[in-house]
Formats: sequence, structure tokens, C-alpha cells
Amino acid sequence: MWLCSPLIHSYSSTSLSSRHRPNRHNPPPSPPPHPLTPPPRSSFSVKVACLIDLSSNLEVHCIERKTSFFFIHCDGSLTSGLNLRNSRSARLSTNAVATKQDNVTASTASKPGVTNVDETPPSKPIGNILEALREGLEEEMERDPRVCVMGEDVGHYGGSYKVTKGLATKYGDLRVLDTPIAENSFTGMAIGAAMTGLRPIVEGMNMGFLLLAFNQISNNCGMLHYTSGGQFKIPIVIRGPGGVGRQLGAEHSQRLESYFQSIPGIQMVACSTPYNAKGLMKAAIRSDNPVILFEHVLLYNLKERIPDEEYVLNLEEAEMVRPGEHVTILTYSRMRYHVMQAAKTLVNKGYDPEVIDIRSLKPFDLYTIGNSVKKTHRVVIVEECMRTGGIGASLTASINENFHDYLDAPIVCLSSQDVPTPYAGTLEEWTVVQPAQIVAAVEQLCR
Amino acid sequence: MAQLTRRTTALQKTLSAAILSTRHLSTSPITVETSVPFTAHNIDPPSRSVETTPQELLTFYRDMALMRRMEIAADSLYKSKLIRGFCHLYDGQEAVAVGMEAAITKKDCIITAYRDHCIFLGRGGTLLEAFAELMGRKDGCSKGKGGSMHFYKKEGGFYGGHGIVGAQIPLGCGLAFAQKYSKDENVTFAMYGDGAANQGQLFEALNMAALWDLPAILVCENNHYGMGTAEWRAAKSPAYYKRGDYVPGLKVDGMDAFAVKQACKFAKEHALKNGPIILEMDTYRYHGHSMSDPGSTYRTRDEISGVRQERDPIERIRKLILSHDLATEKELKDTEKEVRKEVDEAIAKAKESPLPDPSELFTNVYVKGYGVELNKSLLELDLTNLSRFSVEQSLVLFSNIKLTLLVIDCISQSFGADRKELRAVLP
Repeated sequence: MWLCSPLIHSYSSTSLSSRHRPNRHNPPPSPPPHPLTPPPRSSFSVKVACLIDLSSNLEVHCIERKTSFFFIHCDGSLTSGLNLRNSRSARLSTNAVATKQDNVTASTASKPGVTNVDETPPSKPIGNILEALREGLEEEMERDPRVCVMGEDVGHYGGSYKVTKGLATKYGDLRVLDTPIAENSFTGMAIGAAMTGLRPIVEGMNMGFLLLAFNQISNNCGMLHYTSGGQFKIPIVIRGPGGVGRQLGAEHSQRLESYFQSIPGIQMVACSTPYNAKGLMKAAIRSDNPVILFEHVLLYNLKERIPDEEYVLNLEEAEMVRPGEHVTILTYSRMRYHVMQAAKTLVNKGYDPEVIDIRSLKPFDLYTIGNSVKKTHRVVIVEECMRTGGIGASLTASINENFHDYLDAPIVCLSSQDVPTPYAGTLEEWTVVQPAQIVAAVEQLCR
Repeated sequence: MAQLTRRTTALQKTLSAAILSTRHLSTSPITVETSVPFTAHNIDPPSRSVETTPQELLTFYRDMALMRRMEIAADSLYKSKLIRGFCHLYDGQEAVAVGMEAAITKKDCIITAYRDHCIFLGRGGTLLEAFAELMGRKDGCSKGKGGSMHFYKKEGGFYGGHGIVGAQIPLGCGLAFAQKYSKDENVTFAMYGDGAANQGQLFEALNMAALWDLPAILVCENNHYGMGTAEWRAAKSPAYYKRGDYVPGLKVDGMDAFAVKQACKFAKEHALKNGPIILEMDTYRYHGHSMSDPGSTYRTRDEISGVRQERDPIERIRKLILSHDLATEKELKDTEKEVRKEVDEAIAKAKESPLPDPSELFTNVYVKGYGVELNKSLLELDLTNLSRFSVEQSLVLFSNIKLTLLVIDCISQSFGADRKELRAVLP
């Protein structure tokens, strides 16, 4: 299943697993354009073509998709192209994807009246979430000298997940700071630095380690703007990978969004695609509020086209992944892909789910969600948080409070089980929501 | 009226100053010896002799008298239930605040724990702001939303005011990091107590400060009691100035304002060149830990009165002034009366100050401008005008003038999910 946009008629495809090949026999038709209820957008809103063919178990293999449209050569040629991109002008190099360029022009068929910036040459490189985050980070560091990064192994090592690779050699050791293993204090240090006007980005090697910094995040990060009567602002970004990985064990598979969500004064966002990873990273850095950016360990290698132009996303907005009529499925981060896989099955069964990636975990984008609920009257929330006290629980309460009259059925919230994540692979699979469960839940809801 | 409530930096506005200026004493330097020599760890201690001026002596006296008066007044306000919650009083420790201020500028940062009223005053806070904040009024330094433990003064370089023991130390190292980052030749004084000296975050922060040569000065205000626990019962090694190991330390008599001043000056020079240093201020608090603690269950009244008689900081300055003939007893008494009047007036004014508006409940939770604020000056274009151009034209336009096109997914000045400024309403 893919993410759709009415502007796109050609699509790239990145299969994410060797285990589940997509159904090639019925390539789904391009979706009809749907009338977006217009929020007050600037007339400059341009959607980027980002179609991803997904399945579960998100190991990335770039494939050569033999469609009538075009080839994408991944890996070797692309990464070299990406590495050349040290400055913006170099990004326009075409050598990496020469073959693609021919086919792109051949296949471009943008809707009349709307130009899709993505389809005009030079060709857009394909990057994964790691690269998207790195690009966003680098662009912001270039733009504002006050932006600095601190975390464990971010400097010389290049980042434990390589998000900050190359930045230390470019910007120096003080701007990309390798800290000792002292989460509480280096988060506190970042907050202190933010009080004076710097814009630090704190990387938690794994979100779970940030539990050690909870005091600093809750008291000093979230509340300082309030308790000082507005004198100090904390423009900090705290980011890191979290979520259930591939048999990483209980302590390294935590979902901290549920613990942080009550802290007043912070904003939380979760990225799920390279496009929104870069946009949200930039928005978070530019925001004057403390922002916690949740990434997912398993999504780092997910590839997609990233626009060349600079773009910044709105931190509080949700993303309409697939418009539909029958049921609203709210999700975020990795569960988006499980949902999209389930949606494929559901479409084949005749349902028309509307999938929204809520992206903003605090505050919720009740505007987009509300419009969707008013249209479909049924809600399924699919999340990776625990059942008790997770994001889904808050979202359920929020939707019930605000849109109760529009609901035809109780909200179904599918979350992870309230257990520590086991090591054994099969057990681990059962702690998180699987596409089959989503399909079953939707079927039951829409009966 | 406002001036009367301001803490005056010079004595010109007071009667005693008028008398003193006729004596032409303000400029001739005086050398004062500190009460005890400094004890040093891994460093050569500074000398015991401190240069000072009569002006400074009188200023010290007045400032400390003001601080003492403020704390006593806060005590009675608390007992009459105008101040609620926690109230941690600083009387007895004034020399640390005053001595430190004399050695540094407002560009240097100070961050401390919850015993912050007097340091706030030293950094340029006014009595009105302090009392109004204590009473939870709108005119308080944090608009009444912080309370006793959350005094801040951004212009004065005072970063608070923190309730969680020890959490301000990493923040202080962060301030020092920012100073090093911007290369502005200032230092940060991160203050904590003997109770907080056993916190892990102190050592973590110290390690990082030493590793990166941050201009951080960690000041341990050792008043020998961590709430109700004496230091010998809480710490295996009560030599807090030695705890830095590889970080040099200095033990200072915290009841002697000049020793504090000398040490802080020395520390500032050291920190700018060589990185962090620990100062242990040996001081004492007369009140209990907070207003709910009588302060006599874990120490004897004799001990308290003994310290008051022998080591009181204000008494020490008074003796110095009298011995150097800088003012008469009567003049000092007049200063005290004036200070008392100032404090009373500030309290009266603070009592008149209104309580915060209910809408203030929701302000300052987030910085206004949720999400991304467009920096229009950077773009040098009004985005609304761009709707006239097609995308290609705009691209050409931008590439010509070497601007990057900011493709924004949605209007970035939304304040809340409903795209309207959040207006929360109380039930």
C-alpha cells in the first residue's frame, strides 16, 4: 500500500522486506483526488511525491520495480550521490541517477494547474530517515550558528545510528559534542545552554536512556518558561530512537512518549518517513519550545524521496496518509506501516480506511482528526505504546471528549501489551500490534 | 516611590551617605585581612589581604542589612500566612551573596538552589519583585507563578531559583558551556549546598566541566546541615572542596564577605584560564531549613547563638567600619532603620499588588508561536506576495537571488491544532 497524493501519478517504490512481496497482480489504481477540507494554508503549499510501497518487517532493500515508469537504482549509486551533497549546489548532481532522470521526464504527468516540484529535474535523491535527519540537522546548523548537538558518540563516532556522521569534522568538537555517559547532566547542560540562547539538540542513544534525565526534562525543560514568568525560553530538541526493535530486550525497547506526554510545556512529535523526519527536525530546531522528537529504531533505513528545496513542516499538524470514507485509523511512527499494510488488505476486502499519521503527539492535531471523525464516524487508534496510559489512551479520551456526537461506535485502541518486551522473536512480535489484528479490528468495527 | 523600594547601589540617596561624603572617604583604599587563611586543594590559595574601599564597606553593610531585614520580614509574612508553601531563608549566609556580587559583573551568571531570595536581590532584583513573588502577586519577578523557589532575573544574569536539589548544577555547567561557546569571557557560579554535594549529577557535571575546560565555578554553601541531617551524618568526606579530586578547590570562610570576594575574584580568573574550580563557603543559617523547620531539633540553641555572636557577617563589617572610623554607631543604626523602612514600604506595596489574572494560568506554558515561526527578515520576501508567481517562476527568482525556496507544508503560524490561538477557558 502506498501513501497517496492526488498530485502524483508516477511512483517510486521501495520494498521493505524480503519476506512479504507486494501483490503484483493487481497494481492498485491511483486514488481519486479527494477534497481536502482546507485549513488556512498558504497558497504555497506544495505536496511532495512520496509513495512508498511497504510491508511489515522493515528491512530495506531497494528494488528495481519493473513498472512502466522508471528504474531506481539504489544503494551504490545513490549513496555516492548523497555523499556528494555537501553543499546545496552539489545536491543537484545528476551523475548518481542518470537513468532515473530520463524516465522521470517521460513519466511526469502532473495534474494541470499544480506543478509538482518533485518531478522537475534535477532528479531528487532518495534518502532514508537517517539521511533525512542528518540533512535537516546540517541545514539548520549551517543556517544558525547557535545550533549545536550533544550526545553520546555523536562526534567522532558519527552517532550510534550515524545520524550525526560527518558533522563533527565539519563543525568542530564543541558544536557536535561527545558527552560522557551522564544523561541527567548533559541534558541539564543542554537546558542551561538553551537558557542563554543556544539551541542545543540532545541525542539520547536510545530513548530509554532519557529516563535518567527525566527530572531535567520535566522540571527544567518543560516548566522553566512558566516558573520564570516567561523570562527564559528553552529552545531545545531532544531526539532519539525508541520503540520496539528487533529483539533488543526489554530495557532497550521502551516507548517513552507515554511517560513524557503529561509534562506541561513540551511538544512531542514522532517522525515516520524521511520526508517528515527532515521537516520535523527542522521545525523542532526552529521552534522556541522544547521539542522531543521520537524516532524509531526500525525505521532508520526506510528510503524515500526527499525534496531538494528547503522545507519545514508544521510541528502540530497531522499527516493524511490515505484518505477514505469508512473508518479513521490514527497512528504514528512505525505502526503507520503496519496500518498501511493492513489497509491494503482492507481495500481488497472492500473497506475504505482513512489513515492519518498523527505525527504530533503533544498537542494532538484535533483539527485534522476531528474532520476525519466527522466524515467517517469510526475511529481505530493503532499505536506502539502500552495499553495503560499510552498516547492512544490520551487520544481516546481526547476524541471522546471533543467529538463524541460524531462517533457511531466506541473508539478502538490497539496498543502494545502491558508487558516488558521479551527477547524471543515470536513473543516480541506478539507484544506489538500486527496488521492482521488491525484488519480484524476494522472489520469488527465496520460491521 | 519606586526608587525608595529599589535597593540603591550607592549610598548617595541616604542620609548617612550625605554625611559621609563630607568626609571624603570614598576613595582611599583599605586593606582588610580575612578571618582565616584559605585552605586550598590542588592550587595555590590567594592571599589573605583584601583591598577594599570605605564605600565598599558601607555598601556591604547596607546590602547585608537589607538582605537580613528582608528575610526576617519574610519570616513574619510567612507566619501571618501571606507567604505559603516553602520558604527557605538565607539569613546568616548574606556574606556569600554580597561578597560574590562584589567580585563579578552582571554578565557573569549565577544559578542557585531554592535559597535564592538574597542572591536575587544581589543580582539586581528589587524588594517589590521579591515580596510580590513570595506572596504570589502579579508584580512578582515570575509573575507570581514561580514562588519562593523560582526567582529569576534574566537581565541580571540570575538563572534561578531551582527546587530540586542538585538539578541546577548541570544547568550551571550548561551556562558555562554557552559562555565558552560564545567566547564571551564570563564565568558561571553554580551554587549548591552541602546536602546537594552528595548528588551524582554534581560529579557528572564536574567531570564534563573539567573535560571541556568550561568556565564554571561550583560554589558549595556549606551550612553544615542538609535539612535536618548534619553533614557528618550524610557525607563520608565533609571536605567538599576536595571532592573534585582533579578539580582544584578552595575553602573559604563564608561569613566573611571579604574572604568571599577574594575567593570569587580568584576563582573567576582561574576559571577563565584553566576550567572549573570548587569553592566551599563555610557558612551558617540561623533559621531552620525552611519555615516549617524550627531548626532546633537537630542543633542546639547555644550553637546558633554562638555563631551569631562570633561569626555574624553583619557584625564583622560593623566592627570593621567602626574600627576604621568610617561611620558612627548612630549612622549605622540609621542605615538599619532606613533599610527597615524600605523593606516595610516594599511589603506594603507588594500587598497592594493584585493576584494574577485567571488567564495567566495558561500563559507562558509555551513560547508564543507554537510550531515554526518564519523568520521573515531572513527571507526578505513576503510570502503572501509569492502567490502571484507560479512555482517555476519563483524558483527562478530565488535561484537568481540565491535564496532557498522555503517550501512550507502548511502555514507555520498556527498556534494550536485548531489553527486558532489557543484560548483556554476556565470552567
